[in-house]
Amino acid sequence: MSAPVAPVATPSRPASPRHPRSRGIRRGEAGAGWLFVSPVILILGTFLLVPVLMALWVSFSDWSGRGSPLSGSVGFVGLDNYAAITTGGGLAERDFGTALRNNAWYVVLVVPLQTVLSLFLAVLVSRRILRGRGFFRTAFYFPSVTSSVAITVLWLFLFSFAGPVNQIMSAIGVAAPNWFSDPRGIVHVVLGAIGVANGPDALTGAGFLGVSWWDWLAGPSVAMSAFVLMAVFTTSGTFMLLFIAALQNIGVELTEAGMMDGASGWQRFWHITLPQLRPTLFTVITLGLIGCWQVFDQIYTGTQGGPAKTTVTPAYLSYTSAFQNQDWGVGAAIAFILFLIIIAFTVLQRWVLRDRPVSKRRIRAYQPRAAASAAPSPKEVDA
Amino acid sequence: MTAALNTALNTAEVQTTAPAPPPRRRRRLTARSLTGQAVLYGMLSALALVYIYPFLVQVATSFKTEPDAAADPVSLLPATFSMAAYERLFLHSDFPLWFANSTIVTICVTVGRVFFVSLAGYALARLRFRGRGVVFALVVAVMAVPTVVLLIPKFLVLNQLGLYNSYAGMILPLLVDAAGVFIMKNFFESIPDSVEEQARIDGAGTFRVFWSIVLPMARPALITIVILSFQGSWNELSHFIVSTQSPELTTLTKGVASLASGQLSQGTQYPLKLAAAAIMTIPVAVLFFIFQRKIMNTSEGAVKG
Repeated sequence: MSAPVAPVATPSRPASPRHPRSRGIRRGEAGAGWLFVSPVILILGTFLLVPVLMALWVSFSDWSGRGSPLSGSVGFVGLDNYAAITTGGGLAERDFGTALRNNAWYVVLVVPLQTVLSLFLAVLVSRRILRGRGFFRTAFYFPSVTSSVAITVLWLFLFSFAGPVNQIMSAIGVAAPNWFSDPRGIVHVVLGAIGVANGPDALTGAGFLGVSWWDWLAGPSVAMSAFVLMAVFTTSGTFMLLFIAALQNIGVELTEAGMMDGASGWQRFWHITLPQLRPTLFTVITLGLIGCWQVFDQIYTGTQGGPAKTTVTPAYLSYTSAFQNQDWGVGAAIAFILFLIIIAFTVLQRWVLRDRPVSKRRIRAYQPRAAASAAPSPKEVDA
Repeated sequence: MTAALNTALNTAEVQTTAPAPPPRRRRRLTARSLTGQAVLYGMLSALALVYIYPFLVQVATSFKTEPDAAADPVSLLPATFSMAAYERLFLHSDFPLWFANSTIVTICVTVGRVFFVSLAGYALARLRFRGRGVVFALVVAVMAVPTVVLLIPKFLVLNQLGLYNSYAGMILPLLVDAAGVFIMKNFFESIPDSVEEQARIDGAGTFRVFWSIVLPMARPALITIVILSFQGSWNELSHFIVSTQSPELTTLTKGVASLASGQLSQGTQYPLKLAAAAIMTIPVAVLFFIFQRKIMNTSEGAVKG
């Protein structure tokens, strides 16, 4: 998982005003400009733009992996590959449905957990007086620099049946699961504990993408939950750094004004600090969403999709369809659907977190106090 | 109550919920703030333990014998200190080859990226040429394409170009990184251009101005690029899966992943696997500690004014 590592300290500056082209010192600039950007254009074009177009063609073709996908013997099959995974009714559709189910639960758990944890860590280590600040920051950030392969190997050990996590769990008297071999969904496990073993017919009878509603609601498998914990462990440090940088840029004036007005620590955080962190929150959630839909390395290294396909993700399914089953069209089609999903989530998230005018109800909530004392006006607070 | 006292209280008290109390209640506040401090440091230490312990137990287990690792996985001290895992890795496996491959690829990618990315960033920030806007839009658009979507496409093109199973195929596609171009462009825009103008008037060519005047000023941004490229290519897995097949070209990530899924071993072999994972972490860890200040974006105890 290679998340961006260091926020760059580059003060952005408005574009420099155009100079008059009077002196001859800007001669030959156009040629140099193109020369300077040509390596980037060449490489991005060859290894990104052309490949994407080629894969788009493959997703509409019946190419079997032999010879060139552009040769004359490869046929155009229209939307067949897309149909096979969305309406085929066969194994391909069920696998795709399962992969989406697995990854959706992963996203639903990892994104909020990592966002809240990283913000919490950032607030803790941003206290103005704190001994060992550097040590704590380093400790929380270190997992982020390790490779996903190395951390998966470590996780397989930590969560093995007789491994440290289970030893510690049984030492404090908690029943220890066999993490990476347990395909049961955690929602089903909880329901099973209160005596619900089978879902109602309404849920088991019907379904979507070859997976019954009951199974959609199963929750992540116990094995997937171990990956959820791993993702939170490795990414919280990176996002913590983003929050730390944002917290440093917040002035103390508003917070002090809040203290003067008698706002409690929690109120100050919730009504004064958090609204100012909005842009960073936005970045963290966007990066989280994009990253979480691309789970591949961990699955490839750790479980290869098992147990019972409960850790298969669309990215991994795309890979196995193409490279192992030689079903290149289907593999490419999955990749493009995944692309659309990621775009859709980013857009949706932008819309949900868009800047809204303060609602009347909230303005009213502020008014009595605003009238009584010199409380910051809602405009300022929500800025 | 003056603002100064308020600030002093703010720094001393820890999440106390009371509004600033009158001076005579100070003693109670101090007691409360002491408890607050204890809770804060207790919580931080517990969290730090959770974050650090996995790595400690990893290193400890790599020095354990296999029966010892199975019998007592939690302990941080090997019952009998054993180098067997490391011996096996370095003397009786392809591990050194994997390490060498990862090193070659990482060095080439990092050097190449720093050069190409800063060239392009400079051109996009400073040089005026027709089509600059289009090129920049292209770079931004490319940043939005998720890497896993590119697995199959990359293989198709590498295969078509005859680069599959070669160092060129492993290195070339990683050589340029759109985010890096973006970072460098932003940085170059933040440097005042009066320096360059002077050099130009003195008759220096565009490349000369870039190479000997602007680039040395861009050190902070270049360090960022070095960190990102080194970490990115050292930890890269999926690209090497789709660009190579031959055992001679296996990198650390690919090799250790194959170890994890049980090749080369009977039984669990945790000491061996954890030793391999620990060694592959060392280079990025070293990089991290060298540039720690920069990455953590902090200076100890500094208060922003």
